Amino acid sequence: MPDVLVLVDHDGHHVNKSTYELLAAARRLGDPAALVVGTPGTAARLGESLARHGATGVLAAESAEAAEFLLTPAVDALELAVRETAASAVLVSATTDGREVAARLAARLDAGLLIDAVDLDASGVVTQIVFGGSYTVRSQVTHGIPVITVRPGSFEPAEHPGTAVERTLTLPAVDPAASARVTDRRAAPAGDRPGLTEAAVVVSGGRGVAGAEGFEVVEELADAMGGAVGASRAAVDAGYYPHQFQVGQTGASVSPRLYVALGISGAIQHLAGMQTSKTIVAVNKDPEAPILDLADYAVVGDLFAVAPQLTREVAARRAVG
Amino acid sequence: MNIVVLVKQVPDSGAERTLSRADHTLDREDADLVLDEINERAAEEALSLKDTADAHVTVVSMGPESALEAVRKVLAMGADRGIHVCDDRLRGADVLTTAKVLAAAVRRVADVDLVLAGDATTDGQASAVPAVVADLLALPQVTHVRKLDVGAGRVRAERRTENGEATLDAPLPALVSVTEKINEPRYPSFKGIMAAKKKPVDTVDLDDLFPDADDAGFLVTRTRVVEAVARPARSAGTRITDDGSAGRQVAAYLIAHKLL
Ligand SMILES: Cc1cc2nc3c(=O)[nH]c(=O)nc-3n(C[C@H](O)[C@H](O)[C@H](O)COP(=O)(O)OP(=O)(O)OC[C@H]3O[C@@H](n4cnc5c(N)ncnc54)[C@H](O)[C@@H]3O)c2cc1C
Ligand SMILES: Nc1ncnc2c1ncn2[C@@H]1O[C@H](COP(=O)(O)O)[C@@H](O)[C@H]1O
Repeated sequence: MPDVLVLVDHDGHHVNKSTYELLAAARRLGDPAALVVGTPGTAARLGESLARHGATGVLAAESAEAAEFLLTPAVDALELAVRETAASAVLVSATTDGREVAARLAARLDAGLLIDAVDLDASGVVTQIVFGGSYTVRSQVTHGIPVITVRPGSFEPAEHPGTAVERTLTLPAVDPAASARVTDRRAAPAGDRPGLTEAAVVVSGGRGVAGAEGFEVVEELADAMGGAVGASRAAVDAGYYPHQFQVGQTGASVSPRLYVALGISGAIQHLAGMQTSKTIVAVNKDPEAPILDLADYAVVGDLFAVAPQLTREVAARRAVG
Repeated sequence: MNIVVLVKQVPDSGAERTLSRADHTLDREDADLVLDEINERAAEEALSLKDTADAHVTVVSMGPESALEAVRKVLAMGADRGIHVCDDRLRGADVLTTAKVLAAAVRRVADVDLVLAGDATTDGQASAVPAVVADLLALPQVTHVRKLDVGAGRVRAERRTENGEATLDAPLPALVSVTEKINEPRYPSFKGIMAAKKKPVDTVDLDDLFPDADDAGFLVTRTRVVEAVARPARSAGTRITDDGSAGRQVAAYLIAHKLL
C-alpha cells in the first residue's frame, strides 16, 4: 500500500496530540509514514510513540538549521519525502503553521489542497465546515495527490501498536535569502487550563465583562467546570484578555460540548467560531442580544450576578462528587 | 522603496453568506462587497512606511470588475498605483492559482522590496495565499505579524500564532502578512478620494500575465466540491430572566443534560 505522509507536530521532545489524530485519519487512506523535521536526534526520541499510534514508517529530516528558520525546512522535507516515497496523500494539522506548510507544498507539487478537513473517507473525499458553520461541504482533489489539512480535534487518537521502519532524508541547505530566521520563540504560557480548541467546556467573556479584573468571574466559572477560557474580539481589543484566546472568525474555532457566553452580543463573526458547539448557554443583560436567540439556555441578566452563583453551584456539586 | 500590497474584495462578513447552487462557489450577487478589513491594515502598514521613508506603493487585487473599488479605496488611503487582475477564467480559482496570478502581478513591478498582505481573508479563510506567493517568488515568508520593523535592508517582526510568539528576521525583499491586531487603518480623506480617481490602475488579464501559457494547461482549481449542504440554523431554546436564582437554574439545566 502506498504511504500516506503525515507531518509530525512536536516540541522537540513530545509529539502533539494533533499528530496522533492525523495518524488515525491517515490509516483510513493507507499506511501512515510520519515525517519528523527537527534538530538531530528528534526522530529517535519520538519514533516509539509514533509507532505506537500507527506509523508504519518514521522519516527523519534533521539538521541543526531546521529549527532556526520559519517553515521552509518542513516544506523542503515534505517535498523530498513525497518524491522519495511516492506518497499517495499528505496530511498536515490545520494549525497556523500547518496551513502555510501544506499550501506551499501543494504549490510545489501542483497538487490539490483541501483545507480544514473534519472528516475524510477512504476515497479521499473530505468533509469541511465552511462559512463559520453555515455549510457542510464534501470535496475531493482532481489534480495531483491530495494535500489535506485536518482540523485539530476532529479525529480520536488511537493506539495501533506496530513497528515503524526508520529512514533518513537529507535536507537541502536553507537559502537565507528566501527564508525568515526565527531569532526568538516565546511559547504561549500553558497554564493549568485545557487548550481552547480541545476543551470540552469553554467559558467566554465579551465586552460586557467590562475590564481585565472582570475576567476573574469568567476564569472562576471555567475553572469550576474544568474548562478553557475564551474571549470575544471586542474583549481582546479592549485589552481585557490576551489575543490567543479570541474565539471567532479571526480567532480560534471551537466546538466544545458546552459553550458559555458571558456578556457577548453574538456578532456573526463571533458565532463563526463557536456555533458548532453542542450546547450553548448565554448570559446577557440585553434581551435583544442575538446570542440569546441561538442559545440552548438563555439568561437575560447581569453576568456578575449569574456567573458567580453558577460557579458556586458547580463547585458545590463537584464537592459532593 | 517599492512596496506591493495584495488586497481582496470580500462579501461583508457581517452578512450571511451563501453558496451558489450552480457551482458551489461563493454567491457574490447579493452580497455587500467590501475591502477585506485585514487588508486595510496591510495597506496602513505600507502607507505608514511611506509616511517616513521614500516609498512607492502599488496595490494589487485579483477579482471581478467590482474589485476595482477595493483598489480605489487603497489608492484613496494614499497608495500610488494599482494593478487589477480581472479575467472571467479565474472564477473559482483555488489558493494555488490565486497565488500564481498574484506572484505574476508582483513580478510586473520592478525592484520590489516588500510585499504586504493580510494573514487571512474573511471569505476563504485559507490563510495560505501569502505563504504560497512567498514560495513562488522565493521571498522569505514573514507571516502573521502583529509588529513590523523595516530598516537597513531587513525586516524584523513579531509573529503570533496559537503556539505563542516568535521574533523573525529576514533580508529584503520579503513578504509580510499582518494580523488584525497590527494597527488601526486610516480613513481615506475627501482629498484622497478625489486624487484616487486620477491615479493609474492597470487592468490585466491572464494573457497579459502569462503570455506563453496555453489555455489548456492553465488550471483554475485542483479540487472539486462533491456536495454542499446548508447546516440547519440553531433555534432558540429555553429563555429565562434572572430573578436572583438564574445561576442555580442554569446549574439545574446543565445537570439535567449531563453537562455537569
Ligand atoms: C473582519 C472581522 C472579523 C471579526 N472577527 C471576530 C472574531 O474572531 N471574534 C469575535 O468575537 N468578533 C469578531 N469580530 C467583531 C464582531 O463583529 C463584534 O464586534 C464582536 O464579536 C463583539 O464582541 P462582544 O459581543 O464582546 O461586544 P458587544 O457587541 O459590545 O457586546 C457586549 C454585550 O455584553 C452585554 N453586557 C454588557 N454588560 C453586561 C453585564 N453586566 N451582564 C451581561 N451582559 C452584559 C451587552 O448587552 C452586549 O450584548 C470581527 C469583526 C470583523 C469586521
Ligand atoms: N484575490 C486576491 N487578490 C489580492 N490579494 C489576495 C487575493 N486573495 C488573497 N489575497 C491576499 O492574501 C491574504 C490571505 O488570503 P487567504 O490566504 O485567502 O486567507 C489576503 O489578506 C490578501 O492580502
